[in-house]
Amino acid sequence: MIRSRLTRVLFDTHLARACSLILITIVLLAWLGPVFSSWEYDQIDWDALESPPSLQHWFGTDFIGRDLFVRSMLGARVSLGIALIATLVSVIVGIPWGAVAGYLGGRTDQLMMRIVDVLYALPFILIVILLVVIFGRNPYLLFMALGAIFWLDIARIVRGQTFRLREQPFIGAARILGVATPAIIWRHVVPNVLGPALVSATLTIPGVILAESFISFLGLGIQEPNTSWGVLIADGTQTMESSPWTLIFPGTLLAMTIWCTNMLGDRLRDQLDATGAGYTRTSSTRTHMRT
Amino acid sequence: MVRYLLIRLGLTLLTFWLIVTVVFFLMRLAPGGPFDGERRLPPEVETNLRAAYNLDQSLPRQYIDYLAMLGRGDLGPSFRQKDFSVNELVATGLPVSLTIGGLALLIATTVGIAVGLKAGLAPNTRTDTWLMGLTNVGMALPTIIVAPLLVLIFGVALGWLPTGGIGSFNHYILPPIALAMPFTAAIARLTRGSVVETLSEGHLQTARAKGLPESLIIRRHILPIALLPVVSYLGPAAAALLTGSVVIEQVFELPGIGRYLVQGALNRDYTLVMGVVVVYAALILLFNLLVDLAYVRMDPRIRLQT
Repeated sequence: MIRSRLTRVLFDTHLARACSLILITIVLLAWLGPVFSSWEYDQIDWDALESPPSLQHWFGTDFIGRDLFVRSMLGARVSLGIALIATLVSVIVGIPWGAVAGYLGGRTDQLMMRIVDVLYALPFILIVILLVVIFGRNPYLLFMALGAIFWLDIARIVRGQTFRLREQPFIGAARILGVATPAIIWRHVVPNVLGPALVSATLTIPGVILAESFISFLGLGIQEPNTSWGVLIADGTQTMESSPWTLIFPGTLLAMTIWCTNMLGDRLRDQLDATGAGYTRTSSTRTHMRT
Repeated sequence: MVRYLLIRLGLTLLTFWLIVTVVFFLMRLAPGGPFDGERRLPPEVETNLRAAYNLDQSLPRQYIDYLAMLGRGDLGPSFRQKDFSVNELVATGLPVSLTIGGLALLIATTVGIAVGLKAGLAPNTRTDTWLMGLTNVGMALPTIIVAPLLVLIFGVALGWLPTGGIGSFNHYILPPIALAMPFTAAIARLTRGSVVETLSEGHLQTARAKGLPESLIIRRHILPIALLPVVSYLGPAAAALLTGSVVIEQVFELPGIGRYLVQGALNRDYTLVMGVVVVYAALILLFNLLVDLAYVRMDPRIRLQT
């Protein structure tokens, strides 16, 4: 039943189908793409420095002659990988935090949500810079930490949901039966808030991709010769006057991915809203706020 | 109302203090200090420097001193930019950031609400579909792509506008547009959504039955209700715009305060980072407060518990 609903969200209109296909293609290319090309991501083609797209180099080459197609695919791998890690972290932190705050209520809730409010009020760029400063240039630690910022939205939504659930008879019944509080939260609250939390997580993915590109653009993220979409765009900006393709290809890939995930995330939310209880304040309209 | 105001103000000040405290100690957690360079300083020099900047005290002592200084409105001397106080640096950078941000806010609200209204009043028509498709694109294009593209098209290829820096009126066209783009799209979507929702409400039928002209219905009966979600979005958005995007400042080579944050954090220029954070936090909290108050005024359903 869930599966059929999911397939409907992902495939029923032309637009949704196009988005799903684009995303699947990008993921497949990120995974397999480099296999098709005869170039390595850090290999320099001395005969084709800064050359436009051609049969040899599908996306052209950058200013030191590296194949842009392979680099874009590696970038996709890194950007998407980071997005998944950070989203996973945000779910792992956000759901328990929101569920505990919402279920316990009272002082505990006030304190926990005030912490969330304070973190919300901190300028995003500042948190990122502090994280870079503390973790050094280790990209994976940094992006785990990014997940630790994005949990705020999920925590708020889960808390709101839990607040509503708490008054439901089945929770009361569990309490009367003497089920311990942690067990109630884990077995009865968490499964019931997973839906909205996952919608919020879907919309976290484009947020993280944007954040990563933004950090790498400032030179604080992924380091050469490794690459990500943000790094490629930053490089492309430097050379766009003489070779616009260095900006256009990675830029288009990034924009399409964000557009499609936003689009599907919103549809998923609409579906859940129509069938569920009118929840989820997240939407793609908030994605850009954090950069 | 007065009581609500006081409570709200108290909470805002508390949050402000929390932010200052958290950032103060986080900065100190980071390895390295402001005077670490390529070469080690002679110990005597370093001792003197640390004493001159009050770094030889214990951490709690420094924290209390900093708060006292902040209370006097003094952000302290910059550790790395010799001869400048943080107040001076902020005073030169802030007007630039505020101008760009203010213009961007103006663009985002006017264009965003107009587009949202246009689409929302005729839901599911061709216009609506196209406009919303466009906003989707607007939100998917991050500033790191839009800003360089605008420079490339209008600055380099067409040569109509300067590619960066500040000065004449022309310098203030591209940066606000690039900064405002995703926010405009978001406001348009929010407005459209709530206009469509408002259209189905009963009081509109009454208004139409009374024979009110459509323009009056829009102005008096649709907009005030439909703009509520937009207003609550404007708080954080205004703060984000006015504090300026660091990317915009970098691409257009603008001397705003965003770059102090990046430089300062990397150089461990503690007071400079703290100064920028204080300004940011004050702006963000101020806007959230203003929005909450505006909300109370605008939405008759909100009755304050006093």
